[in-house]
Amino acid sequence: MKRILRSTEFYVFLVVVAISIIIQARSGQFFTANNLVDIANAMVVPGLFAIGAYMVLVSGGIDVSFPALASLAVYAATRFLVDIGYEGSILLPFAIVIVLGALLGAFNGLFTTFLVIPTLIITLGTANVFSGIMQGALNSVQISTLPPSMNAFGRANLFVATNPTSGLTSSMPVSFLILVAVAVIIFFVMKFTMFGRGIYAIGGDEASAIRAGFKVKAIKFWLYVVVGVIAALAGLIRTTSMGQMHPTNLLGMEIMVIAAVVLGGVAITGGTGSLTGVMLGTLLIVIVQNSMILVGVPTYWQRFALGTLIIVGTGVSAVQLMRRRTRQRLVSA
Amino acid sequence: MVETVISVRDLSKSFAGVKALDGVNLEIRAGEIHCLAGENGSGKSTLIKVISGVYQPDEGTIELNGTRHDKLTPIEAIRGGVQVIYQDFSIFPNLSVMENLALNHELSQGRKLVNWRRFRTIAKEAIAKINFHVDLDARVGDLSVADKQLVAISRALLHDTKLIIMDEPTTALTNREVEALFRVILDLKSRGIAILFVSHKLGEVFEISERFTIIRNGKLVVTSLPEELDHKKFAHYMTGREVDDVRFEQPETVGEPVLEVEGLGLEGALEDITFTLHAGEVLGITGLLGSGRTELALTLFGLFPTDSGKIRVKGRAVRLGGIRDAIANGIAYVPEDRLTEGLMLERSIADNIVVAELDEFTSPLGMMDSTRRQSEVDRWVADLKIATANAENPVNTLSGGNQQRVVLAKWLATNPDILILNGPTVGVDIGSKSDIHLILQDLARGGMGIIVISDDIPELLQTCRRILILDEGRVTAEVDPDTTTEQELSDLITGAITAGVGV
Amino acid sequence: MESTTLLSRPLALARRDPYVARLFVILVTLVAFFLIVRTDNFLSFGTWQSMGVQFPEFGLMALGVMITMITGGIDLSVVGIANMTSIAAASIMLSMVPPDASGGQATVGILVAVAVSLVTGALAGAFNGFLVSVVKIPAILVTLGTLELFTGIAIIITAGKPLSGLPALYGQTFGARLFGVVPVPLLIFVVVAIAMGVVMHKMSFGSKLYMLGTNATAARFSGLHSARLLIQTYTISGVCAAIAGLVLLANYNSAKADYGVAYTLLTVLIVVLGGVDPNGGKGKLLGVVLAIVILQILSSGLNMFPAISNFYRPLIYGGVLLVVISISEGKGRFWKRLNTRKKTKEEVVVS
Repeated sequence: MKRILRSTEFYVFLVVVAISIIIQARSGQFFTANNLVDIANAMVVPGLFAIGAYMVLVSGGIDVSFPALASLAVYAATRFLVDIGYEGSILLPFAIVIVLGALLGAFNGLFTTFLVIPTLIITLGTANVFSGIMQGALNSVQISTLPPSMNAFGRANLFVATNPTSGLTSSMPVSFLILVAVAVIIFFVMKFTMFGRGIYAIGGDEASAIRAGFKVKAIKFWLYVVVGVIAALAGLIRTTSMGQMHPTNLLGMEIMVIAAVVLGGVAITGGTGSLTGVMLGTLLIVIVQNSMILVGVPTYWQRFALGTLIIVGTGVSAVQLMRRRTRQRLVSA
Repeated sequence: MVETVISVRDLSKSFAGVKALDGVNLEIRAGEIHCLAGENGSGKSTLIKVISGVYQPDEGTIELNGTRHDKLTPIEAIRGGVQVIYQDFSIFPNLSVMENLALNHELSQGRKLVNWRRFRTIAKEAIAKINFHVDLDARVGDLSVADKQLVAISRALLHDTKLIIMDEPTTALTNREVEALFRVILDLKSRGIAILFVSHKLGEVFEISERFTIIRNGKLVVTSLPEELDHKKFAHYMTGREVDDVRFEQPETVGEPVLEVEGLGLEGALEDITFTLHAGEVLGITGLLGSGRTELALTLFGLFPTDSGKIRVKGRAVRLGGIRDAIANGIAYVPEDRLTEGLMLERSIADNIVVAELDEFTSPLGMMDSTRRQSEVDRWVADLKIATANAENPVNTLSGGNQQRVVLAKWLATNPDILILNGPTVGVDIGSKSDIHLILQDLARGGMGIIVISDDIPELLQTCRRILILDEGRVTAEVDPDTTTEQELSDLITGAITAGVGV
Repeated sequence: MESTTLLSRPLALARRDPYVARLFVILVTLVAFFLIVRTDNFLSFGTWQSMGVQFPEFGLMALGVMITMITGGIDLSVVGIANMTSIAAASIMLSMVPPDASGGQATVGILVAVAVSLVTGALAGAFNGFLVSVVKIPAILVTLGTLELFTGIAIIITAGKPLSGLPALYGQTFGARLFGVVPVPLLIFVVVAIAMGVVMHKMSFGSKLYMLGTNATAARFSGLHSARLLIQTYTISGVCAAIAGLVLLANYNSAKADYGVAYTLLTVLIVVLGGVDPNGGKGKLLGVVLAIVILQILSSGLNMFPAISNFYRPLIYGGVLLVVISISEGKGRFWKRLNTRKKTKEEVVVS
């Protein structure tokens, strides 16, 4: 119990509850079926990205290349499928995107494995390379007609929720299941496999991890491959749900995603953080972005709110850390 | 016949043409406590790494449990029962005790999945081996240094361990913790596990080892029994020089008080500390780790705000709200941990010398007077005999002793009235050590008030005019070095514990 | 640039700083390549003119990022500051200088706008510095947050729309050419770069920054006022960003919350390419200036090849970054090994 009270996750949860209640009290529209479904829907893509960003942060790195990676993988796949006039099932697009995501992730992995340079710098480089390949070599343009199966997947619903008062409807996309599945799998991987514990161990102390017998290079490499696959999946989902391939739609999302992960209690220095916290952090940001309009705050306050949230959230934990250090009379800066 | 765990013969290892090990022989018998001593850079750590399979030797053989290895790999070393406990303990501060204990074992078993129940069983088994009581779910980062070490030791015992190599294991421990560690070591020995205890402290070699080996410049100097060792011989073996430690002549009279401390208190660390430091004297302060000696130094340097008491500098009451206040009042502090608190290692020697007095030769517009900077640098390099061809070289190209001179130069350049040194010769070779002692005497003669905080008993007796003993944050005794022997001082320090613990 | 009179200097430099020397070689090679392959285009006055107008935008921001990175931090908020301050300047100009305003009125309005923009930039930077040094939030998170915050403020002020209709005098001033050759933005960049060189290499402040970036604890133990130094550093970065914002304002002849979005990462890329160590304490102004010029020449040079679209630019930037860090990493290991060897030698001698 004490541990729960001390955890960041608990406080993020409280903030989420508090904000929900405030919005509900002011608008009466928060806890309506369609709003909740809208939020769940809006969680899918940032949620998937956040899972990947969380894994990298835990390993002690930081990845800013995932939106570019996802865009390139999905653009290449879509371009290819549209050009050959593909009309088959959704499985092939998924397969291609997963393979491309893995390959691009491996590209990240190779650099981060062999260079002892901050991963921020490396992924900054690869992000530019990815978007350059997409925009330059592939000469990317908007693709407004997707293969039919991709379109169908984007429109497929689990159920439709209706707001009894306003009559507005929102539908829960099938892709939400992918978020749930990925979250469950990664939760299992991080908690119950030596690979996952290895990621935590590397983030805690890389030299110790090597001495303990973890294959640190292999773990890092495969970590970026997995993250590449997850990012590519997110990209495919965004494309199918929009019903068109908009090459630059995802670019720039990395800041919001990293903010969500950090707010969820994942330390930027590596080694600590949980998937629960990551999901709560993402939820918090999605609520702020989606529901502020319900209380009459214009949408152009969103980024201001996001910035405030990041500063206050990280500020609180920084001050806590400082207090603890002062109590222990630790003198190093 | 006693069984031999490991024996190495004619071991040589070079790095880029420099011989780190040169024809070294070493034999460790089952159940023996063997001390390996040497100065920094003598080749100790290279030898450990060769024995544990991290480095492959260029020449020579390693025989582990009777099997000859030309190329020993880390895995073979571990399978052969060799475990190394490094100074940083190779732990994961972010993970639980349980996980820290079980991960290595599970990895060596080649497991891919985590069974938390088995983790707990393994962890329980590990701590039971040395009767170590700890919350298995605690984060290792929150444990004390001693507990972290015990985690590392219990983890090492999970394998079929025949030899545990401990790299300077007492470095960050309090005396009480050292005693506890020695009990653990003796217990391991009684179970037939050999210990290779790496150290550069004579006291430890005496107290714990059954045999010792000293290496210098990559060569074996001697392997012998501690009974045949004394302070002088030890220093000679370690450095290859004859060192005589005469006591410095202390002045008959000293000057005005430069620092008066009255009833100083700091919650949880210091209580009612009162003493006076005069111009021209070297005052020693000693006590066990955790006695408050470092806290006292840092408080006088403005790092911790005091709860109670008065501090007067040259008769003037001062409030030390920060390091800058302390410096403004003429107080300088040479820290215990030179590498993290004293030096900017990658910056030049010159930069490190002038950093504290930069404002002195800065014009009102903020411009730096490079001519004055250069003359300051030249002056200190010459005055303190800092061995460098070019003061623009990074300070990390210097040896420990020369690095310490740079730290001293930095503070002397600010022209302080009070110089506080915490562990002034830790990690400094013996030659530089006596030079630094000479410098301190000169400074005192020049009218500076000097406080030497140290746990090096010969050093205290040699250099100080008076010695204060701290225990649990209080001054428990004042000693006149002229009438005190090493043994008496040591008893006073450790005797102080029993008095303190007896409550 | 590559005249023989300057040859002795680079040679001396090469010995002192191989990294900067390598950048210099890359620059000379690039210039030579474009000169040979596209002689006419490359020698044309227009090419150099447009380069001189373009790179100061991100070049000025990069100078700010550089100085924060030397302290071991980073500033991701420069684009946010640039847009926020240029919007502030534009708003003031729009309100103080009506379309029928006299020349004097316009001058006063522009001066006030410029002053407000610089002060706003300084305050925004000081806010970053406060959060980094006093609240002690990691710089990357602080400036990630304030990037959103400042951009958010810019959006709120403008409701996301561009502000245009600036007094003509403003555009004329920035469009002017010193001696008919040097565009004003380039002049501004050169002045700021020289000022930065003085700050970093001639003033005690710069020396202290390198100390702080190398080892913050030891710097504090040496009596350096680290909180004040950091606040000053980020303030300088904020002012650089505000100046960049003024250049942006002139180049677009309007202000908008999302101009120059790609510059956030581009500036970091430039600074790292220029040889500044992201962990702090190492890096030279000259390296960063060379990196800025290299990237601009690369991108302008490629513009002369119609077959290569502009969209290749990120690919090339990213590729150059990866190649350079891979090479210097290899070299870095080499140097490190050499250094440790030296060290063991010396220790052996002493003991």
